[in-house]
Amino acid sequence: MLRYLIILLAVLAPLNASAISPEEVMKSSQAAFLYQGKDFKARVTMRLLSSAGSERIRELTMLRKNFGAAGSEQKYFIYFYQPADVKDMTFMVYKRPGKESDRWLFVPALNMVRRIAARDKSSSFAGSDFTYEDVSGRNTEDDTHVITKEEKLGPSDCYVVKSAPKAGDMDYSYKVSWIDKKSFLPLKEEYYDKRDELYRIFTADEIKEIKGFPTVTKRTMKNLQSGHSTEAAFTRVDYNMGVDDSLFSERYLKNPPKKWIE
Amino acid sequence: MRPGKAINRILLISVMTAVLFSTAYADDLALHGFLQGNYSFDTANANPDKGRLKWSEERGQIRLDGVAEPFHLLIKTDVFYDHIEEKGDGELREGYFDLTRETWDLRVGRQTMTWGLGDLVFINDIFPKDYEAFFSGRPMEYLKKGVNGVKLGLYPGTVSLELVVIPFFEPNRLPDPNRFRMFDPMPGLTNRVKKEPSTSLKNTELALRAYRDLAGFEASLYFYRGFSRTPSMLPDNPSSPSKLTIFYPELSVYGLSLQRSALDGVLSLEAGHYDSREDRSGTDPFIPNSQTKFLIGYQRQMLEDFTAGLQYLGDYMHNYSEYKLNLPAGFPKDPELRQVASVRLTYLLLHQNLKLTWFSFYGITDRDYLLNPEIKYNFTDHVWGAAGANIFGGKKDATQFGSLDKNDNIYVQARYEF
Repeated sequence: MLRYLIILLAVLAPLNASAISPEEVMKSSQAAFLYQGKDFKARVTMRLLSSAGSERIRELTMLRKNFGAAGSEQKYFIYFYQPADVKDMTFMVYKRPGKESDRWLFVPALNMVRRIAARDKSSSFAGSDFTYEDVSGRNTEDDTHVITKEEKLGPSDCYVVKSAPKAGDMDYSYKVSWIDKKSFLPLKEEYYDKRDELYRIFTADEIKEIKGFPTVTKRTMKNLQSGHSTEAAFTRVDYNMGVDDSLFSERYLKNPPKKWIE
Repeated sequence: MRPGKAINRILLISVMTAVLFSTAYADDLALHGFLQGNYSFDTANANPDKGRLKWSEERGQIRLDGVAEPFHLLIKTDVFYDHIEEKGDGELREGYFDLTRETWDLRVGRQTMTWGLGDLVFINDIFPKDYEAFFSGRPMEYLKKGVNGVKLGLYPGTVSLELVVIPFFEPNRLPDPNRFRMFDPMPGLTNRVKKEPSTSLKNTELALRAYRDLAGFEASLYFYRGFSRTPSMLPDNPSSPSKLTIFYPELSVYGLSLQRSALDGVLSLEAGHYDSREDRSGTDPFIPNSQTKFLIGYQRQMLEDFTAGLQYLGDYMHNYSEYKLNLPAGFPKDPELRQVASVRLTYLLLHQNLKLTWFSFYGITDRDYLLNPEIKYNFTDHVWGAAGANIFGGKKDATQFGSLDKNDNIYVQARYEF
């Protein structure tokens, strides 16, 4: 009994020291990483690099609008530039916390809008090493969080948070995140598989302040098991442009307005 | 020259003229396209033309996009060389102007459209199809034919509306009888005359779709007034015919569809009533009776990058007793309720560069089938290749896929896109 009490105190100690709970760290991180501004836009260029050295490019414009506070509903509008066989395709996601997202794909060659049945947790985003969940976020309440330590990562003071999914439906058994104490952006994430082996690493490689919002403009996800990695560069980043609700509709999915997708 | 073809030429010329002018004004012009080879080999060794090919062509496409807000211009033209016919030709796939305003938009010209929720099952999608393309193993986009018309979109807020006006009739394209061996109820009768609806105000087709969210469902209502795009055949004298007239009966369609997330996947429901306006009583054996069609579809992601889709289609014939009573002797009898099921499996591998697809129709009532496996690989970001097969069969010759029994083929497609 005493042993458990000591462990409990040991776990609680850093929490008292920093006066912030691990849940608050992860909520703030989610807000800083995925909910900044009322709306957001970026041209995303992803380089998919295989272990054999081949390279594929995915280029798209991503628009995001928040409907409520951090952690609540969001809508995404994505327009593909590259590769050639998906050029002019558009993709729309209604993200509702606690539920599977609704997704629509527009295929211009058939002038057809289709609902896509896909799960956030286990779907690769456009063939990259990022999953949908890496792109649009994971409900912080789906995991139990523990601050394991506080340390410097490069020049930045970080909380190191271990997050384990409450349900056993994920590919990984837990994730360790280095969260910058100032910006609350995740600077690094390590994913451990069911055998507790590190198999996937996320790094924030470049952070720029845009309209006052610190933004990860270069990021990498590397899969250590396959040797495959994806580097994503965000350019033309903008916030609070006044994206209208009506953009997230079948009408504009079929006929994306030039001013938003450029 | 067919009137449709003449219209396409005129459209092409006017569109090209428009391009010359618009290049001077457009804020932005983009040029894309592809080069493609597409070949389909008859594996049943039963081609009526004694050849071994269902399809054999090289094709190039140029796609020009011009934007000068609020206008948008798109031109998609193909040139191709057909090795079976041993001739080359051109084709305007699409060519239209868009005008986009805040609460409405207009699209004028040759355009393709897809309505409804079915996967290769079309209830409220009454736009023309090219079934020859589908059965020959051409890329999926060639299943859709363009229409020359006007589409008006209205978005007042509570509901969205699409109104399509098509002054020039465009039939479905059915497999070429030189390349496909099919059931023919009157094989000896070669004197056949095709009669398409003439272009007139009275014959102008109208299609309307209204859609909005409704209690968590994406709901659409549909209406169409025009003609069946599948031909009917009328003998001049049923007992000893000397001439067949191929024509397109008047048709109206009233339909609806509903879709939402359910059961960890996506559930689709669609129905349509086909009002056969020239044979409402069901007594004319040469015109289809009125029908009610309904579809239930469900798709779900089973594993990472692996999705399964199931469909059930029911097709109910009204006034069946009249149909039975009036059907000439020796003609194959359609069922009162025709039921069809389909399965689609899609597996994406190697960072979505490799796509494995299985699609099949199974006729529950007709006991016929279509199997279509396909493998597609993206060799680079610009080059892909695909190979697949179309396998048909059935218990009876007169059913849709049973009729195509002798037309199994394997196909290859290769495309360089720029």
